[in-house]
Amino acid sequence: MHPLRGLLVPLEGGGEFVPPNTYSFNSRPLFPSAGWEECHPHEGAAPASCADFVPTWTDAWLTNHVCQAAIAALVVIGFWLWVARNQRIVPGKRQFIGEWLYDFIRNGIARDVLGEEYRKYLPYLVALFTFILVNNLFGEFFLFMFPTFSKIGFPYGLAIMTFLLYNAAGIRKYGFGTYFKKMVLPPGVPWYVTWLIIPLEFLSNFIVRPFTLALRLFANLFAGHLVILVFVLGGAWLLEQKDSLFYNFSGGVSIAFSFAIFALEIFIGALQAYIFTVLTAQYVHSAIAEEH
Amino acid sequence: MLPLEGLGPLLPEHLSELFVGIALFAIIWFVVAKKIVPLFEKTYAERTAAISGGLEKAEAAQREASAALEEYKAQLADARAEAAKIRDDARTQAAELAAEIKQQATDEAARLVETARVQLEAERSAVVRSLRSEIGGLATELAGKIVGESLADDERSRRSVERFLDELESQSAPAK
Repeated sequence: MHPLRGLLVPLEGGGEFVPPNTYSFNSRPLFPSAGWEECHPHEGAAPASCADFVPTWTDAWLTNHVCQAAIAALVVIGFWLWVARNQRIVPGKRQFIGEWLYDFIRNGIARDVLGEEYRKYLPYLVALFTFILVNNLFGEFFLFMFPTFSKIGFPYGLAIMTFLLYNAAGIRKYGFGTYFKKMVLPPGVPWYVTWLIIPLEFLSNFIVRPFTLALRLFANLFAGHLVILVFVLGGAWLLEQKDSLFYNFSGGVSIAFSFAIFALEIFIGALQAYIFTVLTAQYVHSAIAEEH
Repeated sequence: MLPLEGLGPLLPEHLSELFVGIALFAIIWFVVAKKIVPLFEKTYAERTAAISGGLEKAEAAQREASAALEEYKAQLADARAEAAKIRDDARTQAAELAAEIKQQATDEAARLVETARVQLEAERSAVVRSLRSEIGGLATELAGKIVGESLADDERSRRSVERFLDELESQSAPAK
């Protein structure tokens, strides 16, 4: 029972083409409990007997995607520990790679956006950028071929963390009242539009920000992975058809084109990690800035 | 839960994703904050210190070098001045010495000439004296023989001989 069986099933059938859909993104338990397989068929509805099926905690907590995220975390921590040990004033190749990435976040994101106060928030941004980046690249590399952040739970989690971070930064600097007032009512607004500005700013700064952060990251990876699935699975299905040369030819084109999509997805994965990190820095900056 | 069903992929399949995501990120954040960033920043600080320290050292070396150069230049100028002075002194001394030697030589020559002159004078007067008596005697004797009488002890003849000799002398004196 391969974890990727859900993706491979259309190939096995060889008959009717089942397009990839949201079910293609479903997680699978690493150790499915008894009855789980029967109640989670790859096509069609579950049997009626599954109405009272109760998944065990391992079905929800030890899934392939959770495990993938944990491996990504290990990769990130391992990478940083590897490049950071035995540092010298004149860097070697290993340290140079680490410093290149570290400087990109430190100088290119943190210091650019946050100015002098960047040092306090630098660890958060370093962790955030590399964690998202590795997870996004998992969509194109290694055993997984699945971008972890196309499961909405993970982007929600990071967006909640960023939400807590920038609000905590603002409250710590100004106190709750001053910070809240600063965030909902920008200075210099005429009194007669305050009734309009206050709800808008509140919505924008406290609701829309974390949601757009999470949704932007999720939607880019979800859509990208879905497009890859369409080209690869559809292409493979077309290649398998015996009686049509045209189908087989378009299947080959589709598979070849999927490589271009893979390259694009690598770029989008890196770009989305960058955007998430820059926006986090930007939100922190707007929370602690003297002038709004 | 029912109204959320319509969210489709926007609803987490399992809440575990949310919590595991937060927990994993928190662990990474912790490790990066406690270990990675301090290590990198320490290296950067050391690098900055090393570079600025090297610059200071280079500046100090430069200052030292230029100070040494100034000193050497001053010493060289001193040496040149001293050499010129020595040369001038030597020249002056040599000139003085030459003048002195010349003077000495001149003096010596003059002294020698004077001595010779005095000696010559003395010898001449001695010769004159002896000649006077001898020539007088001879002339008197010759005259006595010629006139036949002795004029040896004659006072008169002696006087005339003297007169004659004085005349001779006065004639020869301007020629001297």
